[in-house]
Amino acid sequence: MCPRTVCTLAHVFEAAGLATIVLTPMRPVAERMGVPRALYTDFPLGRSLGKPSDQQFQLEVLRAAFALLEEPEGPVIRDFPVSVSFYDSQPLQCPLPPRFNADLHPAVDEAQALKAAYDRARQASGKTSLGMRISAEEVPAALEKFVQISNGEPWEILGFSAESIYGTVHDIRCYYEELACELAEGPIGPWATEEWFYDQTQAGDIILQARRAMRDSEVAQSVWFGLAPAGRS
Amino acid sequence: MSVFGKDREAFGKFAAGMALPEFDGCSFNTPKTLADAKVAIVTTAALHREGGGFELGDSDYHFETLPSDARDLKLGHHSVNFDRGGFAADINVVYPIDRLNELAQDGIIGAVARHHYSFAGNQSDGVTEIRLDSGPQCAQEMLNEQVDVVLLTGT
Repeated sequence: MCPRTVCTLAHVFEAAGLATIVLTPMRPVAERMGVPRALYTDFPLGRSLGKPSDQQFQLEVLRAAFALLEEPEGPVIRDFPVSVSFYDSQPLQCPLPPRFNADLHPAVDEAQALKAAYDRARQASGKTSLGMRISAEEVPAALEKFVQISNGEPWEILGFSAESIYGTVHDIRCYYEELACELAEGPIGPWATEEWFYDQTQAGDIILQARRAMRDSEVAQSVWFGLAPAGRS
Repeated sequence: MSVFGKDREAFGKFAAGMALPEFDGCSFNTPKTLADAKVAIVTTAALHREGGGFELGDSDYHFETLPSDARDLKLGHHSVNFDRGGFAADINVVYPIDRLNELAQDGIIGAVARHHYSFAGNQSDGVTEIRLDSGPQCAQEMLNEQVDVVLLTGT
């Protein structure tokens, strides 16, 4: 797990002669591993600097981290005084397109209509994490396969392997969550894009339907479980 | 809703029960003054550029080198239980490269390294490979560039 890995690297680097500072959301791991310097940040996983697109907040975190270099000896752990909680954030306010082509499944229609927003998001940020298995152009066709699975089609005959179906969902989520950052009003709170995807989009809904269909037809759990976060049904 | 990372109690239990490696002692280096120090970022968010990347599972212990001016980065942390929205909105929330540049411009830190590094967070329970192989290699790369301070960020 990341907290263990990052603390291990701190020990390795310090043994090589470098000075290290760990930002960690898991204080117990830093304590038990006795890392040289750690700033405990009570932030959601995946948000080491606490708040995206908040320059001043991020600089405050870094100033607190670098202040650890003034400590005369270690191991030393200090707490960043401000917490960021999932429960303090607001649901994502992100518009979805109206139905355009009634001949298509709503998820496929939706994904096609959102392509321009994805392209704008990619242009604006200069990056995308999509591409583990499919391209942005292939997202609507991939969703069509999940429609078929939700209708009882066996997943294996649609060209998926256990690894590729997981990677395909990863890419569909990237497509939606990245464009959501372009369309949304206000800050992107912890887990807000994930919740928006599974709770509000047609794409998220059809993936959950397909996941349930796989579960109910006794497909191996290792294949369907990872198509949505733990705790979803 | 994913409970992972949202339920503080479950999160605490997970952290408390995690198998951890033991280290004999703790090296602790005092660097030169921050205003003269060169700083590099090492992240376990599995960041990479097009053509790079990390395998699924816990056996990929290599590291990726990120040029300081690269912003076309992909988040290679593939877990379905991971909140990807922060990175999608702003890479600095995981990899604060723009903030380091600002601190260097203001003279708070001496310099930003030309290269930064990324590992996959998901490693074997013993983390033997990064302790004995890729971790020391990465340290040597930074020493070769005369890095003084390493800021480590996880996911």
